[in-house]
Amino acid sequence: MVSGPDGSNSDTHEPPGEMIAVSLWRGQGSSGGLVRYDVPVRDNQTILDIVTHIQRNIDSTLSYRFACRVGMCGSCAMTVNGVPRWTCRTHAGQFTKNGRLTVEPLRNMPIIKDLVADMAPFFDKWQKAEGRFQGKDSRTDDVEPVRPDSPERKTADAGIECINCAICYAACDVVAWNPDYLGPAALNRAWTLMNDIRDTAGGERLRAVSAGDGCHNCHSHQSCMTFCPNDLNPTAAIAGLKRMAVRAVLKGEL
Amino acid sequence: MLDARLFLLQRATAIVMAPLVLIHLAVIIFAVRGGFDAAEILSRTRGSWVWGGFYSLFVIAASVHAAIGLRTIGFETFGGSRRTLDVVTIAVAAVLALLGLRAVFAVVAS
Ligand code: SF4
Ligand code: SF4
Ligand code: FES
Repeated sequence: MVSGPDGSNSDTHEPPGEMIAVSLWRGQGSSGGLVRYDVPVRDNQTILDIVTHIQRNIDSTLSYRFACRVGMCGSCAMTVNGVPRWTCRTHAGQFTKNGRLTVEPLRNMPIIKDLVADMAPFFDKWQKAEGRFQGKDSRTDDVEPVRPDSPERKTADAGIECINCAICYAACDVVAWNPDYLGPAALNRAWTLMNDIRDTAGGERLRAVSAGDGCHNCHSHQSCMTFCPNDLNPTAAIAGLKRMAVRAVLKGEL
Repeated sequence: MLDARLFLLQRATAIVMAPLVLIHLAVIIFAVRGGFDAAEILSRTRGSWVWGGFYSLFVIAASVHAAIGLRTIGFETFGGSRRTLDVVTIAVAAVLALLGLRAVFAVVAS
C-alpha cells in the first residue's frame, strides 16, 4: 500500500476517475473569489483531506489552518457549502451535492489569505468578556474542593468542552450585524467562570458581559448551538448571564 | 447596543402591557356586543380617571417598549454610535408618548 502525500491511500476502493468539483475561496483580505479544483474521491475523505490534497498536489500556495486533525484543537473550521464546520471531522460524502463542494473561510472575521480567517478579534473578545479565571489561592494553599454534583459545577460542566473553533461566532447573525458583540463563545466561557466557585472576579465579569455589546444583544435564535461541533449550548449560557445581570441590576449591584 | 438596564426596561414594559392588552381586548368584545358608536365610547371614557390612567399607563409602556425595540433594529440595520442611538431612542419614545397621550386626552378630558 502506498501512501499519497495527503496521507490517502493510492489503492482506493472508489471507482477510478470519480472526482469532486471543489470551489475554494482564494484571495487576500477582502478581494478574491472561488477557484475550482477537481479532487479524486477517496474512502472516508474529510473536507480537510480535500483541502490538503489541493495544497499538496495542485497548488502549494494555498493557505489554510489545521493542527490536530481529530477535533481537539479548533483550528480547522471553515465554511463548507455555506455553513460553518470543523473540517477535520466533516466527511466530504456527507456534504458533497451533485459532486460539488464549496469551501470558504469562516465569516464574521477578517480574511488573512485563502481559507485562513483572522481569529484575533474573536480571542480579543474572550479577554473583553473577562474570560480568564481569577482565583484567590496561591500554590501553597490547599486545593479548594469542588463537588461534582453541585448545581454550579454541573452548569459549568455543560459549557467547558469548548475548543475555541469560532464556528458559533461565524454562525451568529448578531456578530454580523454588530461586529463589537462579544459573541457566543466568549459569553459561554464567561458563564462557566461565573459558575466556578473558586473564581473571584464575578462582579467585574458581570459588568463586562452586560455592557452595551454584551449578552443582552443575543436574539436567542440558537445558530451557535445548532452549529457547535461539541454540542454546547451558548444560547443557554447567555440566557443564564442575562438573568444573573438583571437580578444584579434589581438588587442595585450592577 | 442593549445593556442590562435597557433590556430590563423593555421586559418590564412588556410585563406591564400584557394584562392591559388583555383587558383592552376584553372590553372591545364586551362593548361591541350590541353594536357601538363614538358616542357610546365617549360616554364611557369621558371624565373617567380610571380609563384615563389605564390608557396613559399603556401609552407610556408601549412608547418605551417600542423605542427600545426600534433602537435594536435600527442599530443592527444601520449601525450608529451609542450617543446617536440614545438620542433617537428618547426621541422615538417622546413622539409615541405624545401622540398616544394626546389621543387619551381627546377621549377622556375633551
Ligand atoms: S443565540 Fe445568541 S449568540 Fe447564539 S447565534 Fe443567536 S444571537 Fe448569536
Ligand atoms: S462554543 Fe462550540 S462552536 Fe463555539 S467556539 Fe466553542 S466549541 Fe466552537
Ligand atoms: S484540525 Fe484540530 S479540530 Fe480540526
